[in-house]
Amino acid sequence: MFTTRKQYEPYVSPFDPCAPILVKTYVTPPNLYVGFQPPNLPQFPLHEALKKGTLWKIFYDPYYSPYEMANKGDGQ
Amino acid sequence: MWIYEKKLQYPVRVSTCNPKLAKYLIEQYGGADGELAAALRYLNQRYSIPDKVIGLLTDIGTEELAHLEMIATMVYKLTKDATPEQLKEAGLDAHYVNHDRALFYHNAAGVPWTATYIQAKGDPIADLYEDIAAEEKARATYQWIINMSDDPDLNDGLRFLREREIIHAQRFREAVEILKEERDRKKFF
Repeated sequence: MFTTRKQYEPYVSPFDPCAPILVKTYVTPPNLYVGFQPPNLPQFPLHEALKKGTLWKIFYDPYYSPYEMANKGDGQ
Repeated sequence: MWIYEKKLQYPVRVSTCNPKLAKYLIEQYGGADGELAAALRYLNQRYSIPDKVIGLLTDIGTEELAHLEMIATMVYKLTKDATPEQLKEAGLDAHYVNHDRALFYHNAAGVPWTATYIQAKGDPIADLYEDIAAEEKARATYQWIINMSDDPDLNDGLRFLREREIIHAQRFREAVEILKEERDRKKFF
């Protein structure tokens, strides 16, 4: 399987004017990894799929702001 | 030809009166990677693309118009009852002077929409690669708006729209694979 969040640590200068962000993250969505969609992949139930925006579990990759993460504490 | 269904693709709820969010959201309305640009790009490119992928461009282009309606509804709800004073605080004073509370196709910085945002190169691979890039840019824009927004109901709708960008990018990638026509062939170079 693949991960859809990646991290890197940018260079931090002793003379940076703002408090440095030590770890930066970026998104690598599922569509980068699947290629041509194979048949018979697992699906969400229809009503759930309409809410989530996709029928296919493999492509579901919701994004939460840091604000929401702090409040709900659920993983991205 | 289109058949119009008089409802939104996904329910739009806004829980707080925060016209500032409207200023951000307008990026997805009339911005370079917004829903209008996406719809017009795909619906125009489809005339000069191989038959196998015309339907995909029609379907996705049509869905982008449904997304445009959702963004319009969000912006409208956030601004319809805002006083000029509130709009001023939200940085929408210049918009109010020009448009009152009407929506307009411009980006978050007030730059009006232009056809130079989109391209139709006539080369199927070049056009589909542009479409993939456009979907990834729209996905990123939704992430940055979600990061700036503290409205959980609004974010719910934005998350749906962002998920659709992922699916669209996936389908455009598959379209490229179809045009490559080497999928099932055992061919070694």
